[in-house]
Amino acid sequence: MKDAQATPLIDRRAFATGAGALALLAGSAGRLSAQATEPAWQQALKSLVGDVKPLEGKVTLELPEIAENGNTVPLTVSVESPMTANDYVKAIHVIATENPQPGVATFRFSPLSGKASAASRMRLARTQEVIGLAELSDGKFLIGRRSVKVTIGGCGG
Amino acid sequence: MNKPRVKLPEAAKPGDLIEIKTLISHVMETGQRKDPDGKTIPRNIINFFSASFAGEEVFKADLQPGISANPYLSFFMKVPGPGEFEFTWVEDGGNKVVERIKLNVT
Repeated sequence: MKDAQATPLIDRRAFATGAGALALLAGSAGRLSAQATEPAWQQALKSLVGDVKPLEGKVTLELPEIAENGNTVPLTVSVESPMTANDYVKAIHVIATENPQPGVATFRFSPLSGKASAASRMRLARTQEVIGLAELSDGKFLIGRRSVKVTIGGCGG
Repeated sequence: MNKPRVKLPEAAKPGDLIEIKTLISHVMETGQRKDPDGKTIPRNIINFFSASFAGEEVFKADLQPGISANPYLSFFMKVPGPGEFEFTWVEDGGNKVVERIKLNVT
């Protein structure tokens, strides 16, 4: 996946993602060895879903196609759901695949939410794909993806 | 932490779906940046937000450094009846801001 030109970036990023991965994986020692081969965002995703394959295309991510300023990119995530006590969206996790720390936020809903939708503003370090992973009350997972072109990266580094 | 801003509809009826918008000033320092001397600026973010209504949980958010400075959050609630919101923002280190606002239910 990574070409030779990207190599100088990897060390810096691997170092930075270590902290994020640790936070997300609660320091599972076994996973640290996998870090060298697997991008941090995949580890973040796996730590949430385990071996379950999420259903594609059911999470809507509203993000600009081109973000001029990666420091503050408006984001809305939503999932169609009846939001009743027996059938509701428990959480939507937002993962930025190319950020130094891929985990961005987890929005947690309740049946009182009425609608599984939340909005915020996020940082995007560079052009990348953003993932929305929804966790349903019956234990199923849904996933949605959206690419954003970033003109000026926003991790302040 | 500064006083947050919360926007609610002026009035709502039981059963209405309302949007709640919140904003708080905060640097959301990522812990990845360096100062001019090359020292890492320590992480300082709001890492948790919660909203409850009449004692019932409505919405929570776990935030990471990937959320922009002055974190904005909006979400929904199906109005169960009259009551008061309680919003809580928690910073790294445990500092908290709590805001209580009554919803005008007609």
